[in-house]
Amino acid sequence: MVEFFLPKNSKVGKGKTYKAPAGATRVRKFEVYRWNPDDGQNPRTDIYEVDLDKCGPMVLDALIKIKNEVDSTLTFRRSCREGICGSCAMNINGKNGLACTTGMDEVKGDVKITPLPHMEVVKDLVPDLTNFYAQYASIEPWLKTESPAPDRERLQTEDDRRKMDGLYECILCACCSASCPSYWWNQDRYLGPAILLQAYRWIADSRDEHTGERLDNLEDPFRLYRCHTIMNCAHACPKGLNPAKAIAEIKKLMVERRA
Amino acid sequence: MSLRTPLGKVRGLGSAKDGTQHFWVQRVSAVALIPLTIWLVAELVCLTGAGRDEVLDWLGNPIQAILMLLLVVAGFYHLKLGIQVILEDYVHSEGARLATSLMNIFVCFAGGAVSVFAVLKIAFGG
Repeated sequence: MVEFFLPKNSKVGKGKTYKAPAGATRVRKFEVYRWNPDDGQNPRTDIYEVDLDKCGPMVLDALIKIKNEVDSTLTFRRSCREGICGSCAMNINGKNGLACTTGMDEVKGDVKITPLPHMEVVKDLVPDLTNFYAQYASIEPWLKTESPAPDRERLQTEDDRRKMDGLYECILCACCSASCPSYWWNQDRYLGPAILLQAYRWIADSRDEHTGERLDNLEDPFRLYRCHTIMNCAHACPKGLNPAKAIAEIKKLMVERRA
Repeated sequence: MSLRTPLGKVRGLGSAKDGTQHFWVQRVSAVALIPLTIWLVAELVCLTGAGRDEVLDWLGNPIQAILMLLLVVAGFYHLKLGIQVILEDYVHSEGARLATSLMNIFVCFAGGAVSVFAVLKIAFGG
């Protein structure tokens, strides 16, 4: 059943407050979820005051500054710092997004940062994406053909290529899946918006010859049909993509091949 | 605790190769219910203040009775499909899901059967 309350050992308590250095004039408060699997304690919210005059403009800049200068135990994923690797996906003031492309000026008041919701936490802001990646593997995200490989590249018309616009840009950050209530309740069986968008990327690829098998693999009350067009995915996507539309296209193909 | 691989868990029992029929019928019944609901509301507004005999006469008309039967059948079937989705979304224990699914089917079909019988009885002058 859906759980309305956090388990006892997941209730978030108050943590430490790290004051801004004396003399700081533009101070911003960051309330950051902390949890360490090794200390047996409940999660807590630590408050870091950051001097904006000595910090870059993005939320990730503040996190890196905190880790470098204030509290090296703060744990989070980051890599490219330009919105292409998807590592720094987290919940910032109630909305999933990439810390590196979310400007502090886009967020009102204190900046509250928690890990992606409804995922197991590895530590602090690091969610466990094992199931998410296994779901990605399950859709076999590579070109599958029966025809002998051509001597040159596989050709595709410009129109067919355009069908993959809005799909190939997905960076698998999991912001959309972790924003989807259907994925929260049924992520053991529902593939979720990110993986279904990726699945459609291969279904829509004119060079792929396994479209029918791909649809067979998705035709399931849980794998595909848990999507109820809630649209949180499109709202959350930091790349401006629309996974709900990709899922609707898959459903349309499911109906089309029966008629 | 399970030692199955993450991919093994995700692949699980495989695809049910099902769900499209449910998806399609839910939409078809939804589309059918739009004009039928508008018809019912309009008729009920027209029947405001009417006595019992007048209402029985109205439902005794073959066109009205047929439209009412269509509304009842589409409505209860749509209800059954909708509640099934809610149960699949929120009820996760196997036993509870089976029990509530059975109850959903029985209650919706019983409600539909009673309604159909009532309309037919009136339509055929019972």
